Amino acid sequence: MNLQRLQQLHTYLWTLPQASGDKRAEVLLYGSAPLLESMDGKVLEQIAHVAALPGLVGAAMTMPDAHWGYGFPIGGVAAFDADQGGIISAGGVGFDISCGIRCLRSNLDIRDAAPYFNQLADRLFATIPAGVGEEGHINLNPKQLDQVLLGGAQWAVKQGFGDAADLDYVEENGCVGGAVPGNVSELAKKRQRGEMGTLGSGNHYLEVQVVERIYDNVTAQAFGLREGQLVISIHCGSRGLGHQIGTDYLVMLAKAAGRLGIHLPDRELACAPVKSPEGRQYLGAMNAAINCALANRQILTHLTRETFAEIYPQASLETLFDISHNTCKEEQHEVDGKTRSLHVHRKGATRAFAPGHPKLPAHYRDVGQPVIIGGSMGTGSYILAGVSTNRAFASCSHGAGRAMSRNQALKQWDGRTLINDLERQGILIRTRSMRGAAEEAPGAYKDVDQVAEVTEQAGLARRVAFLRPKVCIKG
Amino acid sequence: MSSSYFEHDADIRIIGRGLTMEQSFEAAAHAVFAIITNIETVQPVIVVALEFEEPDLELALVVWLNLILGKARELGMVFSHFYIQRQNDHWHAKAAGEKWRDGLDRGVEVKGATLTMLAVKQTGPVWESRCVVDV
Repeated sequence: MNLQRLQQLHTYLWTLPQASGDKRAEVLLYGSAPLLESMDGKVLEQIAHVAALPGLVGAAMTMPDAHWGYGFPIGGVAAFDADQGGIISAGGVGFDISCGIRCLRSNLDIRDAAPYFNQLADRLFATIPAGVGEEGHINLNPKQLDQVLLGGAQWAVKQGFGDAADLDYVEENGCVGGAVPGNVSELAKKRQRGEMGTLGSGNHYLEVQVVERIYDNVTAQAFGLREGQLVISIHCGSRGLGHQIGTDYLVMLAKAAGRLGIHLPDRELACAPVKSPEGRQYLGAMNAAINCALANRQILTHLTRETFAEIYPQASLETLFDISHNTCKEEQHEVDGKTRSLHVHRKGATRAFAPGHPKLPAHYRDVGQPVIIGGSMGTGSYILAGVSTNRAFASCSHGAGRAMSRNQALKQWDGRTLINDLERQGILIRTRSMRGAAEEAPGAYKDVDQVAEVTEQAGLARRVAFLRPKVCIKG
Repeated sequence: MSSSYFEHDADIRIIGRGLTMEQSFEAAAHAVFAIITNIETVQPVIVVALEFEEPDLELALVVWLNLILGKARELGMVFSHFYIQRQNDHWHAKAAGEKWRDGLDRGVEVKGATLTMLAVKQTGPVWESRCVVDV
């Protein structure tokens, strides 16, 4: 990205000045100069297009890990007021609706657990269906699938997958309202039949990590974290059902926008007013997909616990938090001193409620919402906490963000060699796809340390702990 | 008929080329499934017939790619051979392949075709169909 096109507002906040004739709202870009320089210029183009959509409140924003996506940039945040003609966009949510991370904290210490990591990696790889073409062991009939879409993780717990205590630490207590299974196509439901309890592929993973560094002792204590402790992060989403809803509605909303008189700078922004029949229809389907993702991560949590119990009979895995990063949610936010109900799109961005927010579980209310910035399989991840200085509709970075394309990564790395190199560094990778491993090479991602540090310095969230990967099941 | 890939940060931009618009659609489908597996090793033993209505050429490309991706996932299959024909706004298609089995290379799951960088156009004698697919 060419920084000369931007105006720096402070060290970690930039804007794109309006040109004469521009009919768009403000654009704000969070990040340091090096992070912004490393971004493709398309990020700026895409977020400027978002700023021209109807009913936008405040600015269209990008987070420090932003990169070129489709529709919205990945790392894009935008809030719309339905009462002011505000829109909902399928391209602002993405195909992998409610993709997110479930983080589990264990009572295990690296010193005791490390001798069994090879055994653990093999058992997790055998138990967790991962990668393209892999199906799960749960087959649901149409009526049961509708119950998943209405009940989310709460449905999964009722079926015996995990504990009711998990739900306190899942966004919306594991079940979002407003889901309408009837708005989900038959093909979407058929695609999901064999995919409950599966990880998927691409950047999805199940990782066993060690807490290597604590930045904030008080918050770490509230989150139940200490150095040397093992934690598990499960990164996946709504699988085939979400993908199909995304594809169904992208085309439907692209056609609706024209019919409803919305001028789109690019068709990839396919959207409709929240209050239009098309907007409401997508909202109902998207909420169903969110519940599907929450149920999926709950099932994977259960499978992970069963596997850990085989290797470490004394293991206890508690849910630290479960957060989604591809959603549009109706939330209350204060704008110019008034509380307004807004539809906040977070495309590759995480919600980060500040301390005191009423939606936070009691244990975390004094310290803020846990936020997870997932890094690559060779570097590490961060746990952060929401802060009151956040002016991005309580949003922050979700990952390291890609630094190069998948094609470039394929040319630069060989999957098998990479896995062997990582094993020498003490990181065990299990995957069925050497192509996938090469595309996900640590070097293909931005420096996660820099992203987390800038996220903190920009006032979006504060660092609590750094997690180093030890075992990674890649999709 | 040929296909290729172009740079995109997070996802993959595919291009299908052919002497007819339909051939370029078939080449684009080939490009998509070559991300998922080594398509040369997939036997076309099961043929699936598909059809859809779409007057807009560019949206038809997206609908076509998403239809075969959805059908493949529904049936637990991977496709290697593609055929599509347009009759006014109606599209008749066939995709052939086999069920996933040991020995088939596991590439990367393609979630769907997007409207980003979407174009269907003729340059000289060659038709090109392109878009970004989400992986």
